[in-house]
Amino acid sequence: MSELLTVSNLKVAFPMRRGTLTALDDISFSIAPGEVLGVVGESGAGKSLTGAAIIGLLEPPGRIAAGQILLEGERIDHLPPEALRRIRGRRIGAIFQDPLTSLNPLYTIGRQITETILAHLPVSPREARDRAISLLTEVGIPAPEARLDHYPHQFSGGMRQRVVIALALCAQPRLVIADEPTTALDVSIQAQIIALLKRLAAEHGVAVMLITHDMGVIAETAHRVAVMYAGRIVEIGQVRDVLQTPRHPYTVGLMRSIPRVGATGRRLAQIDGAMPRLNAIPGGCAFHPRCPQRFERCNRERPQLIATEDRLAACWLYDHAASG
Amino acid sequence: MQPLGEASRPLVALHGVARYFDVSRPWLNRVVERVPRQLLKAVDDVSFEIRCGETLALVGESGCGKSTVARLIVGLYRATRGHIEFNGEKQRPNASIWSAEVQRRMQMIFQDPYASLNPRWRVADIVAEPMRAHRSGARPAQIRDRSAALLTQVGLSADDGRKYPHEFSGGQRQRISIARALSSEPQFLACDEPTSALDVSVQAQILNLMKELQERLGLTYLFISHNLAVVSQVATRVGVMYMGRLVELADATTLFSHPRHPYTRMLLDAIPDLEMSGRPRTPVAGEVANPLDPPPGCAFHPRCPYANARCRIEIPVLKAYDGRTLAACHAVEERRLRG
Amino acid sequence: MKREDNKERVIHISALVFDVSRLTSHVSRSARSALARARDSDLLYSFRRSPITVIAALLVVVCVGGALLAPWIAPHDPFDLASLDLLDAFMRPAWLAGGKATYLLGTDNQGRDVLSAIVYGARISLAVGIAAVALAMVLGVTLGLVSGYVGGRLDALIMRIADVQLSFPAILIALLINGIVRVAWPNAMLGNIALLVLIFAIGISGWVQYARTVRGSTLVEKNKEYVQAARVIGRHPAAIMLRHLLPNVMGPVLVIATLHIATAIITEATLSFLGVGMPPTTPSLGTLIRVGNDFLFSGEWWIALFPGIALLTLVLSVNILGDWLRDALNPKLR
Repeated sequence: MSELLTVSNLKVAFPMRRGTLTALDDISFSIAPGEVLGVVGESGAGKSLTGAAIIGLLEPPGRIAAGQILLEGERIDHLPPEALRRIRGRRIGAIFQDPLTSLNPLYTIGRQITETILAHLPVSPREARDRAISLLTEVGIPAPEARLDHYPHQFSGGMRQRVVIALALCAQPRLVIADEPTTALDVSIQAQIIALLKRLAAEHGVAVMLITHDMGVIAETAHRVAVMYAGRIVEIGQVRDVLQTPRHPYTVGLMRSIPRVGATGRRLAQIDGAMPRLNAIPGGCAFHPRCPQRFERCNRERPQLIATEDRLAACWLYDHAASG
Repeated sequence: MQPLGEASRPLVALHGVARYFDVSRPWLNRVVERVPRQLLKAVDDVSFEIRCGETLALVGESGCGKSTVARLIVGLYRATRGHIEFNGEKQRPNASIWSAEVQRRMQMIFQDPYASLNPRWRVADIVAEPMRAHRSGARPAQIRDRSAALLTQVGLSADDGRKYPHEFSGGQRQRISIARALSSEPQFLACDEPTSALDVSVQAQILNLMKELQERLGLTYLFISHNLAVVSQVATRVGVMYMGRLVELADATTLFSHPRHPYTRMLLDAIPDLEMSGRPRTPVAGEVANPLDPPPGCAFHPRCPYANARCRIEIPVLKAYDGRTLAACHAVEERRLRG
Repeated sequence: MKREDNKERVIHISALVFDVSRLTSHVSRSARSALARARDSDLLYSFRRSPITVIAALLVVVCVGGALLAPWIAPHDPFDLASLDLLDAFMRPAWLAGGKATYLLGTDNQGRDVLSAIVYGARISLAVGIAAVALAMVLGVTLGLVSGYVGGRLDALIMRIADVQLSFPAILIALLINGIVRVAWPNAMLGNIALLVLIFAIGISGWVQYARTVRGSTLVEKNKEYVQAARVIGRHPAAIMLRHLLPNVMGPVLVIATLHIATAIITEATLSFLGVGMPPTTPSLGTLIRVGNDFLFSGEWWIALFPGIALLTLVLSVNILGDWLRDALNPKLR
């Protein structure tokens, strides 16, 4: 089965007055059709930037400095704006964090959905409206015919996010990039939206790139997960494997510092220090100053993703090929 | 009302506290459109106590009133009904809600690390503000030294006092907020979602720090959060709020192992399963109702799998079970709940 | 209990006074470090990249410098009536036939050297402009802060007064105030206090824009957590307004003030031109233009033209500087 999206050695840089900042450094991963890949990391790790780079929404002066992005075998990383516009919506859909600002408050949601369908698919307005209604039913909005004529502010937060999901799926994209889709929602609504996303991805056969900082959401929704740190991927593998038996020391520290229900009173394990700023990334392995298992090599050389058992981890601990 | 057999004296006590906000449209619009006044009952008839040295957590989703309760306690809002006591002293009717002495003993930590520090002030001045405001009679040099000592106590360096807030990360700013809160030597700290805006690893650092400080300085915390996992880590007792009312209040261990109220159960079920155990969960239903137009009777009844006719007309009150847990639910009272 | 309240009030007020004195030392300290930060800042970077702004800034510096150093750089003293020689009246500019080198830009109908009159006149124009803006700023910012923070009826009252005032053109209000003062004070004293009256009139006519802007910013800032933190600490509302809110709402005020200086100078020139501003004995640039206006068509064009060019240059430079400042301080455009 060929991969739907392949990102190879992607590098995103921001040329600034005081020098160039490398925000994403040599990122590589792929997503198969129907698969949900979780991209998890803390603020500043570069996960939102990865999504933005794929969909072509990098804010200038940021630019793709190296590498390539292949969507269904075609390169999309250096397309002219017009071509990118056609891809967005039709082949890549997007769901962003805040449903309040993702929808235009001045248009009814029916108009926004039908407009998007008509822009990308060769159907009649009547058919577009029917599709919109069936989509709204699929995402769980009651009385969809009536609600087509409602404005975004007439929906509650959870309902709005469902509309946004419908909007992302309406042009039948092959890939959906969801950037923190549940962060702004209450916990009970979050659970509903996660379940919905998972179901829709399976039913429509779309690949989903789920960007979030919340490991719980990843555990519930994703098949595979990529853990990012300081603009690099440090571990990537099946969700069950990475979450239950993390290998990279950062992932280990991260999993141990997540509070769990029932662990009352015990001190949380913490990772000392903080993620380095973009202009102060340490040489060698970016995590080594905070790593409890660092050794001499970590300071000198930057590790690539090394295959270890069932996953890839960017850590010299797993370089069994070299001696020592 | 409080479960019997507790020897500690309450530090903070709320009695029938309510806070309403008038969100009516302007008078002219009301007359022309013939709509009535609209009252948002952010907090309605809430009573509980916080004992010295404990961490009481208030959990609930957005709009449940937990942040409003915190602000009522520290005097940012005045209660519309009911009264609040701190160490036995009541709130005052004039402009400053608490006396200066009481105000000095309570502090607050806010959710947004980027908005809770004045961007034009240096960190040392931010931390020293409570000391200077309360005229403790200390000389400027003493204040400066204590400010530096507080910064080291929260894990920053004394030199950081000369910098401005924008030079720090979210976690570091939250540490500065904590240092500021500690500078007037308070007894009580209201923490409104102190780690919700922070990354998971930073959150762990801040929670550990807060716990350490509590043990060392004998602080009492009111911890507001929507994240039950975080709450289970820090709280001694937990109160669950829904649409302005307290629906359950219990010891942390009891609440997480034997939740009584259906909403508490729903909240616990909704927590994502990190262990991936595949445990069976009650599907979550509906959304929080419009606070301006709450359902009659028990506000949770439209989403509750155990609702009956009584739930639709009568608002349940907190009743004690097993001498320790308080729950406001007809189904619990009538023993209709399983487990 | 009343005694306790009074005692608290005294404590609060003396705390406030202490805070103000600390504020001034704080400001001077932060000014010194601000200079260091400014050198390396983005503001200076954008300044250097725009040549027009640099030229405008240089011109402003020249004008201000000239105004300050007027007694030393003006070749003659145009206000010393004894030194005026009527025989020298209507001299042409030095580079034309019939001109004298000592009177570089010619003389007016009373024998006053036009160049000196411009230098001294610019001084008055700038003085009135800056002082009036300072008055408007202090009044407007204070009212805006109080209005935004206190809210309720006081806010409604202040904003209604502002609305009423805005329905009149500023010139009209300045004329009104001027007229009232002239009626109230005897004519003899008028020459001396004309400057103060002008400053007062232009200042009062211009406070509204500051108040509205500051009120808007105050409404936004007052809900931020750092203000709530100050309230929890127990700070007095005046202390919160002065120490917490004021530094954070001043940004747009500086831009408005810079542009307002240009408007104030033009307003003063207009009033003087209409005859209700500075008297011809101590003329500002507007008065000079007025004086010269009478002779424009009889051939002595230099009496009105050169003051006009000076006024234009000054106002244009200040405007360009104000525009740059507004764009540079606008984070959304960066």
